[in-house]
Amino acid sequence: MISLEGRIRSFIVDNFLFGEGENGLGGEDSLLENGVIDSTGILELVAFIQQTFEIAIQDDEIIPANLDSIDKIAVFVRRKTGTRGPQSADKA
Amino acid sequence: MCGICGVLNLDSAPVDPKVVVQMAEMIRHRGPDENGVHTDGKIGLGHRRLSIIDVACGQQPMPNADGSLWISFNGEIFNYVELRRDLEQRGHRFRTHSDTEVILHLYEEEGEECVRHFNGQWAFAIWDKKKDKLFLSRDRLGVRPLFYTLKNKTFIFGSEIKAILAYPDVRREIDLIGLDQVFTFWCTLTPRTIFKDILELPPGHHLAVEAGRVRTWPYWQLNYPSQYEKLAEEDWAAKLLEVLTDATRIRLRSDVPVGAYLSGGLDSTVVTSIIRRHSDAKLKTFSMVFEDPEFDERKYQREAVSFLGTEHHEIGITGADIARVFPKVIWHAEKPILRSAPAPLYLLSSLVRNQGYKVVLSGEGADEILGGYDIFKEAKIRRFWGRKPESRLRPLLLQRLYPYLDNLRSQPQAYLTAFFHVGTKDLSNPLFSHLPRWELTSRIKGFFSKDVRTALHGYDALEEIGSSLPLPYGSWDDFTKSQYLEASCLFPGYILSSQGDRMGMAHSVEGRFPFLDHRVVDLARQIPPEFKMKVLNEKHILKQAAKELVPVSVMARSKQPYRAPDSKSFISDGKATEPYVEEMLAPARIRHCGAFDPLKVSKLYDKIKEGRVMGVKDNMALLGILSTQLIIFQFIESR
Repeated sequence: MISLEGRIRSFIVDNFLFGEGENGLGGEDSLLENGVIDSTGILELVAFIQQTFEIAIQDDEIIPANLDSIDKIAVFVRRKTGTRGPQSADKA
Repeated sequence: MCGICGVLNLDSAPVDPKVVVQMAEMIRHRGPDENGVHTDGKIGLGHRRLSIIDVACGQQPMPNADGSLWISFNGEIFNYVELRRDLEQRGHRFRTHSDTEVILHLYEEEGEECVRHFNGQWAFAIWDKKKDKLFLSRDRLGVRPLFYTLKNKTFIFGSEIKAILAYPDVRREIDLIGLDQVFTFWCTLTPRTIFKDILELPPGHHLAVEAGRVRTWPYWQLNYPSQYEKLAEEDWAAKLLEVLTDATRIRLRSDVPVGAYLSGGLDSTVVTSIIRRHSDAKLKTFSMVFEDPEFDERKYQREAVSFLGTEHHEIGITGADIARVFPKVIWHAEKPILRSAPAPLYLLSSLVRNQGYKVVLSGEGADEILGGYDIFKEAKIRRFWGRKPESRLRPLLLQRLYPYLDNLRSQPQAYLTAFFHVGTKDLSNPLFSHLPRWELTSRIKGFFSKDVRTALHGYDALEEIGSSLPLPYGSWDDFTKSQYLEASCLFPGYILSSQGDRMGMAHSVEGRFPFLDHRVVDLARQIPPEFKMKVLNEKHILKQAAKELVPVSVMARSKQPYRAPDSKSFISDGKATEPYVEEMLAPARIRHCGAFDPLKVSKLYDKIKEGRVMGVKDNMALLGILSTQLIIFQFIESR
């Protein structure tokens, strides 16, 4: 089974890096500082998370503290899907 | 307006006139009215003529009275009437009524220094038989193009690169550093072009081939004061209006009717309004309208038309139109482009031509010389914030930026702040204002193939531009620095070229730009920055100068830079809108050309086909890849 982090990584690598850096992007690496996400990229990321994990993200939740690395996104998704538990997010 | 080309054999071998005809034929679109060739031993000059002034007698190449000088000239010297009068008083006798002959007479008197007197836009070559010297010159700001190469012992030049490539056995190869520069700045840094060993004469430069040597040197440079004269705002505004009015007046000199582009923005409306005030003749105006409301400005165009009473013509542009003409656009632009914006201008010039017009005035240049672009505003806000990085209120000003970019506008403040974040050390970077744009664009170099990246290893485009800044740059204020970067790089390399000369001349239409009259440019650079952008109000001084000239709605609207639909023009409903798009982006084709990574291009293509959200970077990447593929196909592979 692909882990939650793996799915997020796969989306980011495919969508923003077009296959590059599959092994180079660390879980804690900042997506902004590394130029992975450009000035409009966050909207793509939010759309992906909402659709894939079936969660609604509020405007005030779209902050780097929640979304600026693979690990942060995973923590955020698990928290949002908390009622379903981490396993649910991993399977979603 | 015309096209020029020529050959000089440094080993004195005679030039074959047929070769010069062949070269000139490649730029027939620049001058469909007449052609001319002059060869004399080792020199050959070619000319394609678009007859505008002295239609009956202005044929070229043109000799002086004793045949010791021959000129091939593209452009206009707008003050030729006054210059001719002075020359006649000094005993010169003229055979024609053309501005071309004025250049010859003034060159006889002053040699290379003659250009100091010219108010115009030009690229010309003079063969000086007595001195055994070929002299080339390009206008101050780079309105008209001029390229050259040295192949073994032959010097070859032309208005467009395709004329040079028509010379037998000229090497056709992509210059990878040029490609890197386009994928950073949207254009190459002169003299480099996208073609290896083919060079562009920079704006404001001369070139001479003499005693077997090719030499280039600047005769004019963009310069700004480090201190400004203390004049009241209304005095600057009055001066600006006065000189802009005269700049417009002399740009109406023509023996064929002159029209105007009307974009719906401030600059073209000001120019059109000045024309209306100084001419009783019927005035035709032209504009494009888009089906996509994100890009459409018809509301303001129509308000301007109704205010000014012009005979207006529109051309409707769809994404399908853009995709259809795109290969031709690249053929004319001769460089990769990262936006589709040149395509509608290509279509607009066809409308002008179909209406029987060859000459249009427009507001080009106002944003560069008077501080109109959002990048100036962005830099001002980022600097203000960078001086107090802990401030929570200062970054809120970022919301005032780019009101026309929906994707950017819909970003939460936290991300807007994070993206434009300024560290205190950034403030001292001489490229401060343009770094976010150039760094963002540079990200698309991730699509380069491994081979290209290996070849470019160690090259840094930002380092190159940083090391080419003029000496006084450090003494200029921050706003002026950002103006210089814009006016010296993107403006000649993309705006005046890919969106300007090339798209007009594709349909034999000459653009004339009152804001680029060197007197207007000289005045603008003396105007203190606080009058150009007052707080965050762009082109404030022009608005003051033109209060009476434009409708209130046009005056009050926020700046909307001209843009056009990008990737969705080429890929829609999950498929390519034109067969060539699919062909050019096919993995085998990408692999064959060698510039890009086929896997990454496929992933980008899939992303667009699947209709996923497209970022700025993605749009630029698609356009850059597609246009580079077309350059390779049309220029490198097709002979």
